[in-house]
Amino acid sequence: MDLSSYLLVGAVLFVAGVVCMATKRNGIGVLMGVELVLNGANINFVAFANYTKLGLDGQVISLFVIVMAAAEAAVALAIALSFYNNHLTIDVDQANQLQG
Amino acid sequence: MDPQTVQIGLTLKWLLTIAWLLPLLGFVVELIGGGWVWGRYSKNAAYLSVICIVTGFICSFTALMTWGNGTNWSALKDHGAAHGDAHGATPAHTEAGAHGAAKPAAAAHGHDDHAKPDAHAAKDGAAKKDDHAKHDDHAKPATVAAPAAGEHAVVEAHHHKDPKVVFTGLFYRLAQFGSLDISLSYYIDSLTLVMFTMVTFIASCIHIFAIGYMSEELTDNYADHQVHTSHGHLHRPGRFHRFFSFLSLFCFSMLGLVLAGNIFQVFIFWELVGVCSYFLIGFYTERKSASNAANKAFIMNRVGDFGFLIGLMIVWTWFGNFQFGDLPADGHTQPGLFSMVRGNDGQMKLHVPESGKAEVVFKNQDNHIQTKPNGEQRTIPYWLLVAAGLGVFGGCIGKSAQFPLQTWLPDAMEGPTPVSALVHSATMVAAGVYLVGRFYPMFTPEVLLVIAYIGAITLFLAATIAVVATDIKKVLAYSTISQLGYMMLGLGLGGWAAGLFHLITHAFFKSLMFLASGSVIYGCHHVQEMPQMGGLRRKMPLTAYTMLVGVIAIAGLAIPYVTLPGGDPIAFSGYHSKDAIVATALTYMKLNGHYLLFFLPLAGAGITAFYMFRLWFYTFAGEPRDKEVYEHAHESPWVMVGPLVVLSFFAAFCAFGGESGILFKLLLDSEPSSVAGGYVAQTEYLGQGLLNLKLPSHGAIHANHAQAGTLALIMAFVGAGCAYLVYGVRWVNAAEIKAQFSGIHQFLINKWGFDEFYDMLFVRPTHVVAGWCSAIDRVIFDGFLHSTAKAAIKVSDWDRKFDETIVDGAVNTVGIWTFAIGRSLSVVQTGRMRNYVMFIAVGLLSIFALLIMFFPN
Repeated sequence: MDLSSYLLVGAVLFVAGVVCMATKRNGIGVLMGVELVLNGANINFVAFANYTKLGLDGQVISLFVIVMAAAEAAVALAIALSFYNNHLTIDVDQANQLQG
Repeated sequence: MDPQTVQIGLTLKWLLTIAWLLPLLGFVVELIGGGWVWGRYSKNAAYLSVICIVTGFICSFTALMTWGNGTNWSALKDHGAAHGDAHGATPAHTEAGAHGAAKPAAAAHGHDDHAKPDAHAAKDGAAKKDDHAKHDDHAKPATVAAPAAGEHAVVEAHHHKDPKVVFTGLFYRLAQFGSLDISLSYYIDSLTLVMFTMVTFIASCIHIFAIGYMSEELTDNYADHQVHTSHGHLHRPGRFHRFFSFLSLFCFSMLGLVLAGNIFQVFIFWELVGVCSYFLIGFYTERKSASNAANKAFIMNRVGDFGFLIGLMIVWTWFGNFQFGDLPADGHTQPGLFSMVRGNDGQMKLHVPESGKAEVVFKNQDNHIQTKPNGEQRTIPYWLLVAAGLGVFGGCIGKSAQFPLQTWLPDAMEGPTPVSALVHSATMVAAGVYLVGRFYPMFTPEVLLVIAYIGAITLFLAATIAVVATDIKKVLAYSTISQLGYMMLGLGLGGWAAGLFHLITHAFFKSLMFLASGSVIYGCHHVQEMPQMGGLRRKMPLTAYTMLVGVIAIAGLAIPYVTLPGGDPIAFSGYHSKDAIVATALTYMKLNGHYLLFFLPLAGAGITAFYMFRLWFYTFAGEPRDKEVYEHAHESPWVMVGPLVVLSFFAAFCAFGGESGILFKLLLDSEPSSVAGGYVAQTEYLGQGLLNLKLPSHGAIHANHAQAGTLALIMAFVGAGCAYLVYGVRWVNAAEIKAQFSGIHQFLINKWGFDEFYDMLFVRPTHVVAGWCSAIDRVIFDGFLHSTAKAAIKVSDWDRKFDETIVDGAVNTVGIWTFAIGRSLSVVQTGRMRNYVMFIAVGLLSIFALLIMFFPN
């Protein structure tokens, strides 16, 4: 197993996350896409930590990302809930008030 | 001065100050409180005014009594003795005259010590029969009178009493420039006191009368029938309180003028009186005639005041002092104007320097000559003193409506009748005569001669116009001018007390007649034309008979051959005062010539009687001429008739006793010492352009009294008789006489053409010049300004077009383009999150692609 395999997995996860974010109209789905993107990035950090001189720094950053993802999920879910209370839906296409 | 006298002075000062300031208080309260607090239906303003002025009268009268008691009424007693001399001791006079005639002028003046014994000798002669121990102690040099060439050589003993006591002092110093001093001060002598009492008394009567007369103003909707607007008569809110507040201010101004202790203060109040008369004459301000009359009165007075100002400037420059009397100042006594010119003996000290023009040397109150620090005498050129006197008299001409400034007074009848009464009896016109009396020591014989001639011309001219006037108030107006002429004449002739005596008596009977005419006008519902009246005595008996008292008083009628125990004829006040003037005139004529100065007033006496009885018969006697007016006429309410009754009592009896009566003696007490003994020109200076005039002395006047009185009485009876024949029994038809003398009649109706003359001489040229000025303004100045303005407008028009098209165009185009681009770009801003993610991804990929494409390494 070499570094590029890990990078490939990370890239696949990342692209899957981005596509999920770009196509899902359900807010929860979008959040899931976000998680995928974050974890794709995490795999890259861990892989670089193992195979390069990055060392423990990469692992620590991935731990930070996990914590941040948890916080982000909490906030995003709160937003989703509040949005649902106001619009009786979590279709993100309804949240288009910033349209120019 | 002993402490008691000082105390009296203080008492007088405070009493008169209260009397003076109370009307001001009334004015202020009415001005502030009148319209808003009390409303238009309230008479409170009138009550307040009446309270103020009546309290003022009480104070003034108390002051007069205090003064009398303080001086033990010496004014009445001592002069009585002196007068007695004149009565009984004519032979002695003549005899003494022989002494005096030898050295007329030199002895009279006593400017040299060696002349004094002569004067003593002359006086001893005069006093030979009378036991006057005091006489020699006093040793006044100025006691020898004018011994005319042989005829009336009279040496009169001077007042055998203490020197005249004058209370002077300072209220407040306004400003001081070195020795020049502008202040509010007072000058109290018997003239001040009598004037105060008279003014406040008459003003009280007029105030009370006005409560009734002005009651029509107590409304929100007063209809002025003399003003026509496009909607019929003018309707306006009533102005009751305003009338009374101005009346109060008027009284305050007049009293201030009388109390004033310096000529500058007189000037201040002089102008205040003028302003008040302006307000009151123009009271019905919507009437064009009233506002014109107010303007005319004011402007005519300004003409006179110009002279007054010149006089003030001369006094200011040469004397450096405005005070009448001597004032204590830092340890010494600052001599007043009178002392500077006359010293304490009433004589001017003349001095001719090398240049040959006579000069008047300034003296101190103790008759010492004033010197400059370098030892020279302080002097004023004689001609400048004459100019100062003429200037101040110019002010009096304006204020007292003398020829040639008399035309404002008849027009002033546009004011409400109580105002006419106040203006023409006790206040405004009296101010001029009063000032001549007050400023008398400053007048040189030349000025006095001018005063006399002005007075004589005025009295004759006004009397003739009064004969043809048909408006009841106009007749009274002209009679006022005529009587003022008498006063001026009397003063100018040296009959100081006679002139002021007439001022006081005239104030009573003229205010009475004005108020009576007001009552007639009120009763006839504002009809003023006498041809519409007649027979009114049956409708308004009280008015008619009180008026008759006034008419008899002014005409100077007396019962011939019947005398009172004192030797005085039975007559009303006007007889006494007019006689005093005519007697002075006769004496003056015998001494100096100047025949007109006697024959004009004599003729005037007859004409006065004629036109006054004409007025009375026209209004009150015979059959009514206009049925309608007669039917609606009614007697006025008590508030108006009451003052008439009171005034008629005083008009009849205020001069009781004539020249030995109380009033005349009170006035005589204030007589300047220069007139008391009769003035004689200092003959040794006659080469310097001085006139050779002799003023009559008391004794000489008294000697001519019977003769003058008889002549005047005959004239008065003739005048009254003619009036009775023409207007009383209508034995002669007035219209026929009018047709016979239509030329003269028209001349008199035109008031001797004065209005036309002034119109031609001043008004129209002014209009023409003003027309030119306005044409220059319109054509040249306005033309220039207008063309400049037009050019500026044109230029700015172009500028605007440039701005709008080019500058604004460029800016707007940029803005429009920016806006359009922004609008088109905003399409990208979809607001959808998914799109944004797409944009990020695609953008990122494109950046990578581009990086790889351009930087392959």
